[in-house]
Amino acid sequence: MPTACDWLIPRPEGLYCVPGDFHIDPRRAVARAVITHAHSDHARPGHGAVLATRETLALMAARLGQGAVAAGSQALAYDEALRVGAVDLSLAPAGHVLGSAQVVLVHRGERAVISGDYKRSADPTCPAFAPMACDLFVTEATFALPVFHHPAPGGEIARLLDSLRLFPERAHLLGAYALGKCQRMIALLRQAGYDRPIYLHGAALAMCAVYRALGVDLGDLRALPAGRAVAAGELVIAPPAALADRWSRRLADPLPAMASGWMALRQHARARGVELALVVSDHADWDGLLRSIAETGARAVRITHGPPEALMHVLAAQGLDAAPLEGGGFAARREEEE
Amino acid sequence: MRAFAELLEHLTLAPGRDAKRALLTRYFATTPDPDRGHALAALIGETRRGAAGPAMLRALAASRVDPVLFALSYDFVGDLAETLALIWPARDGADAPPRLGEVVDRLAATSRAALPGLLTTWLDASPAPVRLGLLKLITGGLRVGVSAGLARAALADFSGRAEEEIAEAWHATAPPYGALFAWAEGRGPRPDAAGAPVFRPPMLAQALPGPEALGEDLTAWRAEWKWDGVRVQLVAGPGGRRIFSRSGEDLSAAFPEILEAMEFHATLDGELLVLPPGAPADAAPSPFAALQRRLGRRQPGAKLREALPAAVRLYDILFEGAQDLRPLAFDLRRARLENFFATRHPARMALSALIAVTDHAALARLAANARESGIEGLMLKRAASPYLPGRPRGEWWKWKRAALTIDAVLMYAQRGHGKRGSYFSDFTFGLWQGEGSDRRLVPVGKAYSGFTDAELAILDRFVRAHAIARFGPVREVEKTFVVEVAFDSAQRSTRHRSGVALRFPRIIRLRRDKPAEEADTLASLLAMI
Ligand SMILES: [Zn+2]
Repeated sequence: MPTACDWLIPRPEGLYCVPGDFHIDPRRAVARAVITHAHSDHARPGHGAVLATRETLALMAARLGQGAVAAGSQALAYDEALRVGAVDLSLAPAGHVLGSAQVVLVHRGERAVISGDYKRSADPTCPAFAPMACDLFVTEATFALPVFHHPAPGGEIARLLDSLRLFPERAHLLGAYALGKCQRMIALLRQAGYDRPIYLHGAALAMCAVYRALGVDLGDLRALPAGRAVAAGELVIAPPAALADRWSRRLADPLPAMASGWMALRQHARARGVELALVVSDHADWDGLLRSIAETGARAVRITHGPPEALMHVLAAQGLDAAPLEGGGFAARREEEE
Repeated sequence: MRAFAELLEHLTLAPGRDAKRALLTRYFATTPDPDRGHALAALIGETRRGAAGPAMLRALAASRVDPVLFALSYDFVGDLAETLALIWPARDGADAPPRLGEVVDRLAATSRAALPGLLTTWLDASPAPVRLGLLKLITGGLRVGVSAGLARAALADFSGRAEEEIAEAWHATAPPYGALFAWAEGRGPRPDAAGAPVFRPPMLAQALPGPEALGEDLTAWRAEWKWDGVRVQLVAGPGGRRIFSRSGEDLSAAFPEILEAMEFHATLDGELLVLPPGAPADAAPSPFAALQRRLGRRQPGAKLREALPAAVRLYDILFEGAQDLRPLAFDLRRARLENFFATRHPARMALSALIAVTDHAALARLAANARESGIEGLMLKRAASPYLPGRPRGEWWKWKRAALTIDAVLMYAQRGHGKRGSYFSDFTFGLWQGEGSDRRLVPVGKAYSGFTDAELAILDRFVRAHAIARFGPVREVEKTFVVEVAFDSAQRSTRHRSGVALRFPRIIRLRRDKPAEEADTLASLLAMI
């Protein structure tokens, strides 16, 4: 049996589509890049031209500067078809963060889907993951071990609100990745009826401004005022790295919390020094990965951005051709990159 | 079980005593009997431990999970109970975990052979966080940092009663402490000991601010050595015998030879010590490290008891028979203690001698020279003081001998926890060893305290600006910063690379003025042992 979609090849700089002459989420600057979403491990600066959703282009420009999105760049809406060279290309919602997309490629009747990062649980800030039938599915694998079963986010939000009630004399400092997790947490809190102002670290505030401009309502958000002793009883959101940073000294007796899929593991929570570990992830958990792979109907699966062994073990038993996407961008994911 | 599992998780992550105390208080207020009482017993280690071991957990895993997937997962997670809790395949809608009370009762009534079946039923019925709490409880690996003292403080907050009162009532009840909670909530009478061995909160001394606090006339004061052991309370009577630590922890099982010698009906206050083998009860005690080895064993074997025999130096008597002597003046209690000792002569015990002090000069000399093995300093007790629980001001003073100090060089730093999470506040320091080109720094200890907030800010800035390597959370720093480290004593240790262990080291002064080359040598520290 010939390899499925042999026109899609991993190269040192990233996954390359031969008949379309472009890369997908390349790690180095290339002439033409299709970008699944604006996180730093997928969207690098310096490409000659970028194709992505309008939202991803806006977030990239905010993160990397206007210059990062070159003049030849193009926005493509979900499900809009585009011919690139000898390939039919479209983007489908990945449910990861605002603008995140799966890349659907069709060439000589063969279909390949590159998932980018994705999740299956509810997120009020972006459209849900849409399973796309294909022959080859390139899947992320951040949480590709059967110990990861993300709980329903509503329950984790309830735990945060509960803690705010239990420790009203302390500011709650929530670590959440500035792009995506931060806005999702805010939206989930608003859904749960939390209507107080939420204070933000500068990096998170900048991303929220883009979300707002793109039509996502996040309620009353404020910059942390200068000077000390802020906000007993208030909620402050900052990137995870700022939790143990000198920045946090501005807060009154802060209670460090963190929203991340990694918080399911005690050692990660303890190593981060958080007192409240919220298991809220923007990546599919073990069941989510297996379900998504099955729904694509793919006979070949390539695994990237996470440990491939457990998925390979299970998929091989189902008779699928499952392997790591060699050189196609696998790197141990840093926790901040969620 | 659900609330208990959540409490365990919060306690695991809560950094400080105050946060843990608030969590416990809320748990007691929101959890019904008998669960909260069982939780209390489990947290302070009064529940049967280790019903299941690692082998049983592995067997459970093998019954439900693909072995390859389990191995990959365990490798990643690193903790067996946690891996099993997370990987256990959930049943649809399985959300009816057992109550904590049910778990405790059924564990007590279930044989080892039937345990895996029972565990499977419970794991099937529980969501992941509850599964973890369940497995930690059953394997005896709670380790969430709740002492009897902390639990008592939380019970005091919960009930609005004084900690001393809580302590007495607590020890008159047994798990799940129904009567204790009924009384704490004002629904029942205060639990009565009725002859059972009851812990009485001890009287503690304050640090002497200076000799002038004693006044000109020393005749109103009694002096004793401050023995370097563990303060204990011996309680014996028709209802049983107990050895309590100063915070009310039950040490009875760890010191059977003392328990055996308690053939009396009284409550005594004393210092637990370890003596050289074969030495009489009033001999000079062995260094504190020897006692620490005994404290590390919940049930010591005969060999250890022979090598490190325990003894008690008696300070005071609180009850004789049923008579409460605590309202009496120290001098009167001392006379009762001496009389009690002369008639009973309990084995393994000796009176802590009173030291005659006539004038301030003699007292200062005594305090300065109190350096013999097993002596930490002087105790000064007002002759007229009744035995008052807690730390009443001006009644008892402790005059610790001057601390030893060394000038050491900062070598490594690590971030602190909780409020100090944003500061590098745990420091490893070292001393010089060798000569010429072989001269290098050897780490000799770690210090987390002693410095002021302003000094901590300086140390933190230094670490951030002068880190030369990182190992996970640890930073290695340039070897240029000298600190003065005070400590209570130094002992030989085979477990430390330097061959010496410091007791209670703290950074008392920053010596930016001193070049690192002029810091002390390891040899000079070894001379202080
Ligand atoms: Zn991402």
